[in-house]
Amino acid sequence: MAVLQERMSKKALRLHPEDNCVVSLIDIHKGDLVVYEDGTIMANSDVDIGHKISISTIKIGEKVYKYGASIGSATALIEPGDHIHTQNLTSDYIVGFRH
Amino acid sequence: MLGYLRKDGQIGIRNTVQVVFLVECAHHVSKAVAESFQNDVQYFGFPGCYPSDYGHRLVRSLCTHSNVGAVLLVSLGCENFDRNRLEKEIQGSGRPCRTLVIQESGGTSQTIEKGRGIVSDMLREIASTERKEIQFCDLIIGTVCGGSDGTSGLTGNPAVGRAFDKLLSENAICMFEESGELIGCEQHMMARAISPDVSLDIYAAMTKARSYYSTMGLGSFSNGNAVGGLTTLEEKSLGAYAKSGDGKISGVIRPTERPTKPGLYLMDVVPDGEPRFGFPNINDTSEIIELIATGCHLILFTTGRGSVIGSVISPVIKVCNNPQTYDRLSEDMDINAGRIISEGASLDDIADEIIAAIAGVASGELSKAEKLGHVEFVLTYKDFKYGMTDCH
Repeated sequence: MAVLQERMSKKALRLHPEDNCVVSLIDIHKGDLVVYEDGTIMANSDVDIGHKISISTIKIGEKVYKYGASIGSATALIEPGDHIHTQNLTSDYIVGFRH
Repeated sequence: MLGYLRKDGQIGIRNTVQVVFLVECAHHVSKAVAESFQNDVQYFGFPGCYPSDYGHRLVRSLCTHSNVGAVLLVSLGCENFDRNRLEKEIQGSGRPCRTLVIQESGGTSQTIEKGRGIVSDMLREIASTERKEIQFCDLIIGTVCGGSDGTSGLTGNPAVGRAFDKLLSENAICMFEESGELIGCEQHMMARAISPDVSLDIYAAMTKARSYYSTMGLGSFSNGNAVGGLTTLEEKSLGAYAKSGDGKISGVIRPTERPTKPGLYLMDVVPDGEPRFGFPNINDTSEIIELIATGCHLILFTTGRGSVIGSVISPVIKVCNNPQTYDRLSEDMDINAGRIISEGASLDDIADEIIAAIAGVASGELSKAEKLGHVEFVLTYKDFKYGMTDCH
């Protein structure tokens, strides 16, 4: 029961009603049910604290919204539960980070 | 809070002697002089040998900072820095100031010895500096963030913004900065301008920042930002922007342009003209030094990944955004804003802690970085088109 409660406790924050991603508040593991203010999503991969998880389908070229503002455009199809990061999101301004 | 009243009318929260090298060649001697004393004797300087209006302006502003009681200038002797002009300017502010020229003082050992004697005399002289009760309206407070991660925009940054809102209601001067780290927030900031002129100034500063960083080919974004969950520059910007709170933006200032009225100011740190000397700010310390050179009595530094730095001249209060980082680095952190995530603390709870920390540090309590002996500084070359009539 405690395990179930742990798996169901609030783990992410939707910062704005228009956001299509949530921000993890703890380290999340693949398969975890991620509870946020107004919904639940199953994580498709491990997601560390502070990282973003998609809560909707975002097609290539569509915007990712956080804080109610665009933080860039999708470079790959993003499914609900996907980790959103450098592999599928890029800046609409200038290059931020190069490996 | 009890401050130190300077002869030029400024009120400081520290009473330091600064040993200042005017070229890298005088760095070792300055360091040796300063490090033979305690916390209240520090050293910094300008490393370059080529002349620089910006360098002179920054060093002058730092030497005449409200937290500085007296200054010993250390020159090698052949560098281009105009030491005579600087000495006169510092003395003109009412501060004791002496200059040692290594080439005329018998070399390293003898200059260090003479420097120690001079600093001892200065410490005795400034010990009798008049004290004065101060309020938040007497303070200039700056904020920077460093080592940002995905928690920064959720905890410490908005908490500092909330603290700024409270300080502004007490008529303090608050500053946020690094226009290049606010790219993507232009429209939000312009909507908060106190007047149409300020809105245009914000637009101009942000257009310059975008152009400058585009030319450099790289925005202000580190590997650690990405590991911490930030993906794009505009995402990092939105989190950083939260430090400014909800107050009206009263003006755009460049380094050393000290506001005379209470309010919230954006510091434009991106050089004017074509890029000449590389990235505007090479690290967090260069941002902190510019804020201090613009009068900040203390700095609120928010960090997610975990920065440990402090600064010369003004205390740095570190606000840790990430509860995991706080557990690892609590020795270095003054405030655990990560409690918003780990314990459900409110932004107001953390903002109140920040205000209490400001009151404590402004009353003489040492911040964590001060206790640990952090006195970082960096000064590099930049160009700004400062107004012809502005001679401060």
